[in-house]
Amino acid sequence: MEQKQLKKIDIIFGWDDKCTPIQVVEKSIKKTPENIILDMIDSGLKGRGGAGFPTGLKWKFCRNEEAETKYVICNADEGEPGTFKDREILDRVPEKIFAGMTICGFVIGAREGYIYIRGEYNFMLKTLQNKIDIFNQQLQTLKVDFHIFMRSGSGAYVCGEESALFESMEGKRGEPRNKPPYPTVAGYNGKPTVINNVETLVYTSEICRMGPEKFKALGTSDSRGSKVFSVSGDTPIAGIYELELGMPLKDFVDEFGDGDTKAIQVGGASGHCVPRKKFNDTIIGFEGIPTGGSMMIFNSSRSMYNVLHDYLEFFTEESCGQCTPCRIGCQQLLKGIEAVKKGERPPAYLDDLKRLTGTMKIAAKCGLGQSVANPFTSIVDNFREEIIY
Amino acid sequence: MTNTEVLIQELVEKHGRTRNALMPVLQGIVSREKFLSEQAMIAVARELDLSAADVYGTASFYTFLDTKPRGKNIVRVCKTISCHMQGKDAIIKAIEGHLLVKVGDTTHDNKFTLLTANCLGWCHKGPVMLVNDEVFPSVTPEMAIEIIEEFAKKTT
Repeated sequence: MEQKQLKKIDIIFGWDDKCTPIQVVEKSIKKTPENIILDMIDSGLKGRGGAGFPTGLKWKFCRNEEAETKYVICNADEGEPGTFKDREILDRVPEKIFAGMTICGFVIGAREGYIYIRGEYNFMLKTLQNKIDIFNQQLQTLKVDFHIFMRSGSGAYVCGEESALFESMEGKRGEPRNKPPYPTVAGYNGKPTVINNVETLVYTSEICRMGPEKFKALGTSDSRGSKVFSVSGDTPIAGIYELELGMPLKDFVDEFGDGDTKAIQVGGASGHCVPRKKFNDTIIGFEGIPTGGSMMIFNSSRSMYNVLHDYLEFFTEESCGQCTPCRIGCQQLLKGIEAVKKGERPPAYLDDLKRLTGTMKIAAKCGLGQSVANPFTSIVDNFREEIIY
Repeated sequence: MTNTEVLIQELVEKHGRTRNALMPVLQGIVSREKFLSEQAMIAVARELDLSAADVYGTASFYTFLDTKPRGKNIVRVCKTISCHMQGKDAIIKAIEGHLLVKVGDTTHDNKFTLLTANCLGWCHKGPVMLVNDEVFPSVTPEMAIEIIEEFAKKTT
């Protein structure tokens, strides 16, 4: 298998004085939308929010829709426990996000773009709005028919799910919709919509700036490019790091662990828990374990029961309650591990609970309920004794 | 007209009379009054030509759109895993002891409501708390009490 060494990169936060974000827009709109789509597809860029859908294809599908009104939405409802990269990007290089949105608008034929930012980040709204106003002004000077607006959330994790986010923007409860239709066909206000994560949009503008070749040179054949990681937990150097994709988890632990790392939760509460014995043969990327960027490190002083309990409590509270598998499933998983811990249920009950997560994976309506199986099975399988005793 | 009705008028003028304006309008009310009273929700419904149940349905979905009376300052301590590992329990205990309330309660002088929140996005700088919209990362129990005191002084 193709493997990469751990390498620090500086694309996202780097600043090119000779080609600022607004200049990237100016340069890009001289190309044809088809060419930009080809560049995006060629670069191999996949969504950086966690799901990993190829960005170029998403833009292409939306461009192919016939509609008078289309939208570009930047998903800044970063709520996954252990993730804080989007806040840093919004704070430090928001112009790159605006540029990505504008280029996307040019490609798909949209005149309005919205940034949906989580309510927990209200403290940055004022500064961000000022920067948006300046950028909108610059677009007007360039005679680009695109305007960026901002909407904020109000503390609901599930609104990071794209269709729940549309519902929320439409003034409704943030309950995910059935798919299909996908957002590129019917998104915000039922119109064709491209919704991309903050980081993805920055990469799109960077690919337009430096060309797809430089981006493609990073990473592996399945995971092109680099990715911003949010590192937290038992590490002396918690923070935000942009790393090349495709590295073995072991290299990551050597760099960031505190020497006593027992497990790493890759991808936040809805991600996978990797125990020490699997560090060597786990790859961070779409061919191994994909991640929205959350890397939580646990050392041997931590009880994995507490970790799992925390996650399940989180999901129980954040489940929108719309579909039964997720609403009841999360509650029963939480009650279930508590009962096993107290000895009210036999250890074998954990296997029943695992089957329940299997049902949730198939039957839950959205990614929230479907992904509870990831932390549950990976923690129960690898740390069964800690859950029981 | 009551103060709330005037505020709703202003918000509706600014954001428009469509359902798409519902969230910004409700957020505008909460940022000034800290919660949505029954009267406020009914007034919003009337302005936007929605049923009051619809407005309540949306409002009650969101953690930050409280429909229960809240104090003049809302303190939210993050309780998710990273902050848990970095000592959120000690922060909550210190604030509870200082304000003499439990999580979920409002002080007698109506100055503070103490709540917990799910991941606030500061996992590398926990424990973290929000007071209204302001964020305070890497707090210690002593700092938490100082911050609360600062807000108490500013609140009449």
